Amino acid sequence: MLKNTRQTYGWVTIIIHWLMALAIIAMFALGLWMTGLNYYDTWYHKAPDIHKSVGMLLLFLLFFRLAWVAVNVKPEIMGQVWERMIALMVHRMHYVLMLLVMVSGYLIPTAKGEGVSVFGWFSVPATIANIAKQADISGFIHYWGAWAMIGLAAMHTGAALKHHFIDGDTTLTRMLGMKRQSKGEHT
Amino acid sequence: MKLRLSMLLFILALGVATPALAVENYVIDTAKNHAFIQFKIKHLGFSWLLGRFNTFEGSYSFDAENSANNSIKVNIDVASIDTNHAERDKHLRSPDFFEVEKFPTASFVSTSYEAKGDGKGLLKGNLTLRGVTKEVAIDVSQIGAGKDPWGGYRRGFEGTTTLHLSDYNMVKSLGPTAENVELYLSIEGIRQ
Repeated sequence: MLKNTRQTYGWVTIIIHWLMALAIIAMFALGLWMTGLNYYDTWYHKAPDIHKSVGMLLLFLLFFRLAWVAVNVKPEIMGQVWERMIALMVHRMHYVLMLLVMVSGYLIPTAKGEGVSVFGWFSVPATIANIAKQADISGFIHYWGAWAMIGLAAMHTGAALKHHFIDGDTTLTRMLGMKRQSKGEHT
Repeated sequence: MKLRLSMLLFILALGVATPALAVENYVIDTAKNHAFIQFKIKHLGFSWLLGRFNTFEGSYSFDAENSANNSIKVNIDVASIDTNHAERDKHLRSPDFFEVEKFPTASFVSTSYEAKGDGKGLLKGNLTLRGVTKEVAIDVSQIGAGKDPWGGYRRGFEGTTTLHLSDYNMVKSLGPTAENVELYLSIEGIRQ
């Protein structure tokens, strides 16, 4: 099943979810590490090139993901009313923060009109450029937005594990594409 | 008769005013960008990296008879640093280098001028950069002076000096070949 149903996630959603989760966590670590490199480090240029290339691919994937979300149903969120509300807010905040972090990241190297090369395959041209302090402001948003996103992801992970181990429901397994007889399943 | 008197007064006034112009005051023509603060620093020892500060303002005084009266004052908007690469400029504005959030303005105020003849001289003054004030000496030479085609009077100089990054607490290592930066200044002033 490629598309989502009211009960479970389709494979497209599942693959995008885990691919982006892994890539974003790796990008967060890479970003922190690479900004501390000294000028004579072998990775001084390579690491940011990889970071920018992967970042642009993630941004395109995010656009596809947002479109996919728009044309798919969302499986019902499980739990108490307040849990469901928070879960929905956290999901939406993830989209907002991902967009914010990726777009602000793109606006740093393009601040003076240069494009961003994606692994040398092609170059993404600058769009918004030459705003006063653009690179600095974008950098600030990129850095703190990334921390907020990782904080939110930690909450999201904690909640998923709570649903899996304490509530014993299918919140986690359905995102893994697995079947599970839920303890609290009413449907 | 009345007309003649006023003519006479006018001529007299000119005569009185002229000697007072011994010290000429100039404003650096940053409005039309006839002034440049450029720097160059070795890249790995293989080539020069050039950059400049795009935004600054200043004025100077020039005395053709007594060069001891020569003086200059310049304020630089450090965040306007431009090396034609957005990411490098961002890095240069960060605490690794200029820390512009904390030290937005650099300034140079001259303290003395020593004429060396032939329009050349040694200009000493206090450079305040990144919160550190140090005396620097700039080799100065006049390029030219005279009436411009638009009714004004201009005078221009060039100058060079070398700064040591560590003097201004820029301790981020760029390698042993990049510990100093050379400044090239080209300044055109419009007489006021």
